[in-house]
Amino acid sequence: MMTPDGLQHRSQLLQAIRCFFLENSYIEVDTPQRLPVVIPESNLIPFMSEGCFLQTSPELCMKRLLARGCERIFQICHCFRKEEHGRLHQSEFTMLEWYHRGSDYFDLMRQCEELFCFLAAQCAAMPGVVDDSTIRWNGTTVSLAAPWDRLTVADAFEQYAGVSVKEALLTDMFDELLVTEIEPHLGNEHPVFLYEYPVERALLARRSAQNPTVAERFELYVAGLELANGFSELVDPQEQQSRFMEEIAQIRLTREQKTELPRLFLEEIGKIDASAGIALGVDRLCMLFMGVTDIAMVLPFSFEEL
Amino acid sequence: MYTASDLRKGLKIQIDGEPYIITEFDFSKPGKGQALYRTKMRNMITGVQFTQTYRSNDKFERPNLEERKMQFLYAQDNEYHFMDTTSYEQIFLTKEQLGDHLNFLIDNMEVEVLFFGDRPIDISLPTFVNLEVTVAEPWAKGDTSGSDTKPVTVETGFQLQVPPFINQGDKIQIDTRTGTYITRVKE
Repeated sequence: MMTPDGLQHRSQLLQAIRCFFLENSYIEVDTPQRLPVVIPESNLIPFMSEGCFLQTSPELCMKRLLARGCERIFQICHCFRKEEHGRLHQSEFTMLEWYHRGSDYFDLMRQCEELFCFLAAQCAAMPGVVDDSTIRWNGTTVSLAAPWDRLTVADAFEQYAGVSVKEALLTDMFDELLVTEIEPHLGNEHPVFLYEYPVERALLARRSAQNPTVAERFELYVAGLELANGFSELVDPQEQQSRFMEEIAQIRLTREQKTELPRLFLEEIGKIDASAGIALGVDRLCMLFMGVTDIAMVLPFSFEEL
Repeated sequence: MYTASDLRKGLKIQIDGEPYIITEFDFSKPGKGQALYRTKMRNMITGVQFTQTYRSNDKFERPNLEERKMQFLYAQDNEYHFMDTTSYEQIFLTKEQLGDHLNFLIDNMEVEVLFFGDRPIDISLPTFVNLEVTVAEPWAKGDTSGSDTKPVTVETGFQLQVPPFINQGDKIQIDTRTGTYITRVKE
């Protein structure tokens, strides 16, 4: 449950986010949350609503808007993911996504640096903000001064987990090692971008031209907290379709779910030129700026309170 | 059967034929990765603790656990005997199984005995019990040493801090969850 002060802080942060994007010539969009088809992702379980899906993210619609010619778009919306519940998760949560035509994931990293510094300056009175370039969260003081650290997934596994990414994937220990061995080390002095994810862990991201085994995807961590997932968009319909087919096969192995290809999406992404997009968890951003470690403390109502 | 998404602090599950209680629980899910259910649990028979991470498709049996109201009869050697007051069936638990519960257990006390199948494995005490003080230093009137509690021993041998006005032979109420003094009881 939030106090009136907490609601005030959350509102201030939402306004500051909007202000940042509007000042940077983005337009705010609000796409439908209830969809007849979703992106097939084996690790995301959607809720059903009268034969349709509640969105797990606004990505599908926002990329279709890029295909229609939008240059810079952002959205703050609710997303729904079944069976996600914990100190950092709620099944219904608030997401910020933004997409920029003509950019790549390194541009997004620089934008994250600008966004956080802007937010810290705008929200200097919040409990987690020490000054306009310093955040303190969960006992850790983090400097927001750019440039932030950049660490490849391969280096992170070697350095903190003592195994190669290849071995972690082969033994199905990638996620577990990431959570237990790697994440606690990430972003404890400066925020860090963990980047170059293996292609099989980057369903909608473009393959790197230099190293075809990795994709141009990153995750942003601050004080061990995962905040955002960004990537250079995969805009090749054939490659996207074959990756979707693999996910669909995986979903059919593990659960009952209506699975079909998002056909209009696949038809339209071919019209997008190089672009990048990112999803940032707004509730976790509130946690960081408000200095709290339980997501329920930054929501007007957590599900348990309804 | 329980699935991984049912896991939470306090849930009791069965693993390899033995009952476990989850003492710590954390859900985590790295961006677009698998859901991980990190648990710490305690074997309800041996008390052994361990940590384990589960995935979404893991499943768990429900342990066959049942609580029955029973009366404590007597202790003999290492065995503590209890009786079901309706069926008159008698069972015993060992000193090791009872552990700290012995601080508050007296003859004829009614407790809940937890059974795993046919096997008694634990008891739950009433939240509040009344025990007689067997050893207490007399309260020196006018004592201004500043100390507002003093140690006493109750009939089970358990020692705790109580207000200075408690005397030997008094009955006091104790919270069995914390082992702390609540009030003096008049009989």
